[in-house]
Amino acid sequence: MTALLRSRHAPPVVGFLSLVGLLALVEVGIRVGLINRFVVPPPSSVVASLGRVVTEEGIPERFSQTAFEAAGAALLITLVGVPAGVLLHRFTRLRLAVEGWVAAFAAAPLVLAYPLFLVIFGRSQFTIIMMGFASGVAPVILKTLEGLSGVRRVLVDVGRSLKLTPFQQFRMVLLPAAVPTIFVGLRLGLIFALINIVGLEFLINFGGLGQLINELAERYDLPGTYAAIVFVVLVSVVFFLLLQRIEQWLRPGS
Amino acid sequence: MAETGVLKPPGVLGRLGPVGRLRLVIIAAVLLSWEALAASGLLFRDVVPSLHRVAFALVRLLASGEFWSNAAVTALEVAGALAIGGTAGVAVGLLLGGSRFAERAFEPYLNYLGPTPKIIFFPVMIMGFGVGWGSKIAMGALSSFFPVALSTAAGRRGVDRVLVRVGRSFHLTPWQMVTKIYLPAIRVPVLNGLRLGFGVSVIGVLLAETKLSNQGLGYLVMQAYSRFDMPQMYAALIVVFAAAVALNAFIERFTVPRGRRT
Repeated sequence: MTALLRSRHAPPVVGFLSLVGLLALVEVGIRVGLINRFVVPPPSSVVASLGRVVTEEGIPERFSQTAFEAAGAALLITLVGVPAGVLLHRFTRLRLAVEGWVAAFAAAPLVLAYPLFLVIFGRSQFTIIMMGFASGVAPVILKTLEGLSGVRRVLVDVGRSLKLTPFQQFRMVLLPAAVPTIFVGLRLGLIFALINIVGLEFLINFGGLGQLINELAERYDLPGTYAAIVFVVLVSVVFFLLLQRIEQWLRPGS
Repeated sequence: MAETGVLKPPGVLGRLGPVGRLRLVIIAAVLLSWEALAASGLLFRDVVPSLHRVAFALVRLLASGEFWSNAAVTALEVAGALAIGGTAGVAVGLLLGGSRFAERAFEPYLNYLGPTPKIIFFPVMIMGFGVGWGSKIAMGALSSFFPVALSTAAGRRGVDRVLVRVGRSFHLTPWQMVTKIYLPAIRVPVLNGLRLGFGVSVIGVLLAETKLSNQGLGYLVMQAYSRFDMPQMYAALIVVFAAAVALNAFIERFTVPRGRRT
């Protein structure tokens, strides 16, 4: 038994079994009436609803809608964030003046301004994309700046001794060296964007996966609501893992 | 205003230095283009209201009793959320940080659940805690739990072994070990977690208020939205953002180690 507990796979197995055990306890609690089944549906019914929710609630369309919004936000974040970071790196005085503001912007609870976005952009996918963009752009700017400033002196000097033009220096030395750090920023930016996109879909009852939860909750389809939440959480976890993989691939050895 | 860079005034502007002057120019440019946009009529009326109207709305808002009672509701909800989520987070974080086994068994779940959008759990909270303040506190508590737990766990693991050995060689009692070694050593990561937790619990509580409530600052913003009272909405948003930033900065003061404070 102790040898089993010491094995490499023991902790994940124990973690998973604890989760299953907890769900089983909830199930028993509901069946004996300790937990109100109109507040928490039995886990078995949630699992049973997963298939129904996926097949009957237009998941493919909803998924592609959310993916489209995330892709739009990602594109805007990259197209604005990276050049902005380059600009701040190039002009030191500008950087000194606004870097603190960008950091404050990154920490601000921007999603609270969503009613404002609704007024400006209308209740449309565009609002959701802009919200994703606004919440994800600041980390990309900051990380681009950090990546470019952190390029090793020796690389820059090699470029100089080869008499590269400033543009060549940027394209062949600075940018490739900064890519891993820039991607850290893109990963953070995309996570923030996705959180806000799904959250906003739920809040304004519009579009993809977030709206699904709202709709099922308004129908008072409890097992369906829980199943949809589980589904959305799973989708976000897969998305985060994917980003993490790409980042590891970009910076091997770290 | 754009000439401030070329003027070489001996007064306030001169003392600002080039960076300060550039900031002034940027702020002035933003405010001027805002006014120009407000006056241009390019956007729907009131989407970008003139600055003086926003300022009036701000004064009116701050002078009204309605604002303060709603702000008090939100403040209480956030405080309750942070008390529950923070306590649970510190407890779980200490447990996870104290054992390699627990860390590998349970922390991945926290790591993956941490960044998911919490607001989608709001329907569950409504069913569990009703449409009143209970569901808002639950929302904020759920949001703040994750950063506090993860930060505390990392802090507990990061306690310098040398400090622990020093404590042992002084034959400290277990209680002294906790108060003189562990607590001071994890103070910074725990406070950092609480700061992050505070930020996300504000978001959780306010978003929940905008979705379904009849009091609180989120409700105030939604009321301005449904009346299309844009100056009031801007004013309410300005107050919310200013309060969030100020409180964040206040907690941050305690997270900078002593002696390194600038």
